[in-house]
Amino acid sequence: MIKHFFKKLGFSQAPFAGGIQPNMRKETEHSPIEVCPLPPLLIMPIKQHIGQACSPLVAVGDHVLRGQKIAKAEGYVSVPIHAPTSGQVIKIEDYAIPHPSGMGLTSIFIEPDGLDERDETLKPIEDWQHTDVSALRERVRMCGIAGLGGAAFPTFIKLVQDQRNPIETVILNGIECEPFLTNDHRLMVEHSQEIVLGMQIIMHMVGAKQGIIAIEDNKSDAIECMKKAVNHDDMGLDIQVLSLPTRYPQGSEKQLIEAITGKQVPMGKLPMHVGVLCQNIGTTHAIYEAVILGYPLTERVVTISGDAVPQQGNMLVRLGTSMRFIYAQRGLTDFDGLQILHGGPMMGERLRHPDIPVIKSSTGLLALSQDFFREAHPEEEPCIRCGHCSEACPIRLTPNLLADHCRNEQLEKAADYHLFDCIECGACSYVCPSHIPLVHYFRFGKGQAAQVRREQNFAEASRQRSEFRDTRIQREKDEKAAKRRKVRATHTPTEPNQGKE
Amino acid sequence: MLEQLMYAIASLGGFALLAGLILAVSSKIFHIEGDPVSDKIDALLPQTQCGQCGFPGCRPYANAVASQAADVNHCVPGGERTMLAIADVMGVEPKSLDQEEAIPMVAFVREDECIGCTLCIKACPVDAIVGAPKQYHTVIADHCTGCVLCLEPCPVDCIDMIAKPELLEHWSWPLPDTTRAQTGLERRESHQHD
Amino acid sequence: MLIHLSSPHIHGGDSIRSQMMSVIWALMPAACVSVYMFGWLAVFQISSCMLACLATEWLTLKWMGRSTSPLGDASAALTGLLLALTLPALTPWWMTILGGIFAIGLGKQVYGGLGYNPFNPALSARIILLISFPLQMTTWVIPLHVQLSGLNLYDISLAWTLFTSGIAALPQAVDAMTMASPLGYVKTAWTQGIDVNTALQSYDYSYLNAFIGREAGSLGETSALALLLGGIYLLARHTITWHIPASFLATVAVLAAIASTVDPNHYTPPLFHLLAGGLMLCVFFMATDPVSSPVTPVGQIVFGVGCGIITWSIRTWGGYPEGAMFAVVLMNCTVPIIDHYCRPKVYGQARKKV
Repeated sequence: MIKHFFKKLGFSQAPFAGGIQPNMRKETEHSPIEVCPLPPLLIMPIKQHIGQACSPLVAVGDHVLRGQKIAKAEGYVSVPIHAPTSGQVIKIEDYAIPHPSGMGLTSIFIEPDGLDERDETLKPIEDWQHTDVSALRERVRMCGIAGLGGAAFPTFIKLVQDQRNPIETVILNGIECEPFLTNDHRLMVEHSQEIVLGMQIIMHMVGAKQGIIAIEDNKSDAIECMKKAVNHDDMGLDIQVLSLPTRYPQGSEKQLIEAITGKQVPMGKLPMHVGVLCQNIGTTHAIYEAVILGYPLTERVVTISGDAVPQQGNMLVRLGTSMRFIYAQRGLTDFDGLQILHGGPMMGERLRHPDIPVIKSSTGLLALSQDFFREAHPEEEPCIRCGHCSEACPIRLTPNLLADHCRNEQLEKAADYHLFDCIECGACSYVCPSHIPLVHYFRFGKGQAAQVRREQNFAEASRQRSEFRDTRIQREKDEKAAKRRKVRATHTPTEPNQGKE
Repeated sequence: MLEQLMYAIASLGGFALLAGLILAVSSKIFHIEGDPVSDKIDALLPQTQCGQCGFPGCRPYANAVASQAADVNHCVPGGERTMLAIADVMGVEPKSLDQEEAIPMVAFVREDECIGCTLCIKACPVDAIVGAPKQYHTVIADHCTGCVLCLEPCPVDCIDMIAKPELLEHWSWPLPDTTRAQTGLERRESHQHD
Repeated sequence: MLIHLSSPHIHGGDSIRSQMMSVIWALMPAACVSVYMFGWLAVFQISSCMLACLATEWLTLKWMGRSTSPLGDASAALTGLLLALTLPALTPWWMTILGGIFAIGLGKQVYGGLGYNPFNPALSARIILLISFPLQMTTWVIPLHVQLSGLNLYDISLAWTLFTSGIAALPQAVDAMTMASPLGYVKTAWTQGIDVNTALQSYDYSYLNAFIGREAGSLGETSALALLLGGIYLLARHTITWHIPASFLATVAVLAAIASTVDPNHYTPPLFHLLAGGLMLCVFFMATDPVSSPVTPVGQIVFGVGCGIITWSIRTWGGYPEGAMFAVVLMNCTVPIIDHYCRPKVYGQARKKV
């Protein structure tokens, strides 16, 4: 059906609503991926994905090998964490993580022994075409793969075959619409064969017949490389490379699906309900490594960019490497008066200091000069209702009205204005002539609503416990009274002038 | 003259009868069991069962407010938000709180001092303390409402109130630091206290 | 430095000032035409009105103890320019200044300043002036007649005399200089039972004159051409969207077309409506004022259609010859409701709203 739709359209793209065209500043697009040396210390937080935190499997003093599982997944929405290199666990304690709160999380500190020995327990699955799909899915889960595009949602959950919602199309998300970031771009240029192989594994796993590699037209070399790699392929699968006009936030899953298929993922539903699966380039590469090489996720490509970085570029970095160490590799050691960001400038978090480890969701490390940064955060002025935010919103919200409700903590009204459909892409704040921190208001509103919900749930649970206790006390009282009556009935002789009870 | 008077009385009387009938029927059809106002207020209360309002629990306080026997501002753990919500349900002007809002606390048993007397277990209104006679007792922090009712019965004073640990998952963005946002917040707060 | 700063950490560079400046630039053709037609009078009107607005803005901000930085966002200057362009050339100086004070003081600052005013400040001031001083506000100068009568408005001293002392300075010139506007003329004729075509002929009406602006009217309202140029500039700069202007103009045109087809003797033709009075200025610069117009696309179309219906109704059946400004201000009242009910369907929302 989708195929028919494509043919009818002649692959012309139905654009998604809204969007902006920021200055892309892809200054690192021609910098090859360099391997970052092993740092003197690796710090692995026990939660690097969306979902439940892991629980450590190692103790202080343990010797670990590269790829050895050091924390096991808890619950369904969780993936394990592996040692990024061989060495010794020297401590397990709270340490800062890339999070806007500046709060810490239990982390496992590993001192590398420099040998970088691999744990060979996981064997390569060379004959993946004839391997059971569930075994492949288990492999992806065991290898700790979470979406490397920034959201870090456990990947195995999406790789599922559902009879009611068969996945017809796998879309490989090579959009990378965030300014500055080029890590997916470089991966596509340098590892196109592996990515195509990874994509074939994904298509095999979900039983999809059609594959689309979507790349924005500002990455012409990546488009060429991917086309070449696809032509090489002799699997007989229908994989096409699709060039899309550059536009932010096209890399957002739902917007990409709308841009390619013209379909919208219904509210509260998943891409698979419209027969589509989206995967990030880095994630696909990681799936290739997990299946074909048997390597768990222990490293990722990170873009180091920004006007304050002397040598901008892309690096293959072990997870757990301190950002200060990585910046030092690119010639940046003095952070005085700089602002550092984790992720891209549109959706990334500002960090308070560089002594924070790289985790699975770290797409980029930016360092911006104070002047550059300040331009984006001047004092808020009153809304002049120009409507540019509504035009830019890919979800078609009315951000200025929504922000008013959030500011005044009118949470029910905000929900009615679809606060929870906001993807926080930042397009509205980017275009706002009054410099209203719209996304910040939405995050505030969402946080407040979550807080209210939590309090209500807690109150409800407390009420139930309290009622249960009351009934229990009543029951015990009744039982005691009954017992007393019974005792009285058997041991005291009935007096003649008193009737039996 | 008299005829006109009769018409007027008859028609007005007819309308009154009709209206009365409609009221009677609708009161049957839309009849609601229980006291909806006190239910609504009970749903707004934090259910700590702490008794700080002077009533023996959240439900009794809700009943008292609904029957206008108590003011809307006695729920200490509920804080500003709860007071405003109750005032809204009751349709009365908000009042300032009895006490300053405190940070959320939970009870913590110093286990090496606990003698296992089970008195705190009996006092806990939400069964958040576990333990057996002559064994250490422990507070289930996730269930503790911070009502402090367990402190008083403890014969060895081995229960402390500690600040509820802040969880990373529960962190939320504060209001933006811009003048416009902060001015709005100040005005909102001063308006609510007037 | 603030502790919590949310993404995005880059900005497109747009500002309130840049938005306002683009509207001011878009008004330049109309302003130039007004100077060409009315000479120094236009210069005096525009500058005094803008100065009055800026001064009022400064004073009110000082009075309220606020920062005077909003003065730099050019919104007060824009209001002054817009108001001046809606005034007749012979408006006395004190009325112009009063208008500026009304616009900023009563039209904007009493509501809390920029962004909070429910009505377009320039239009509300214009309406206050029209209702308070109906005679002066409907005394139109005809540029062509002025030249013929030997009065040279390019003569700075003559213009200054007219500006400071009003028509009273040259009572003998009044008849030579002034004339009813086409809208007013047709309306008067209609009440006297004269049919539209005869009235237009006796007025010596020409569509070309109305299009390029050689017609009696306010300073900046006469030239539809100049206003169209400005509107196109605004559309190209993306300061405004097409929704309000298109729906506004289309509604007026369609209503006029239907009516004039049914009874050409009673109702003026659509083109006459489009070129007459303050419609073009209202369509491109007043109705599209972001603060007092809806933000949602559907809402903007509803708003434009509403403006069109009210404009045509007032022009046709109302007591005033021109209704565009009343239409915009009336529709301004409905903006919050329109915005609430015309929100676009968000991504993935089911087609049927429950």
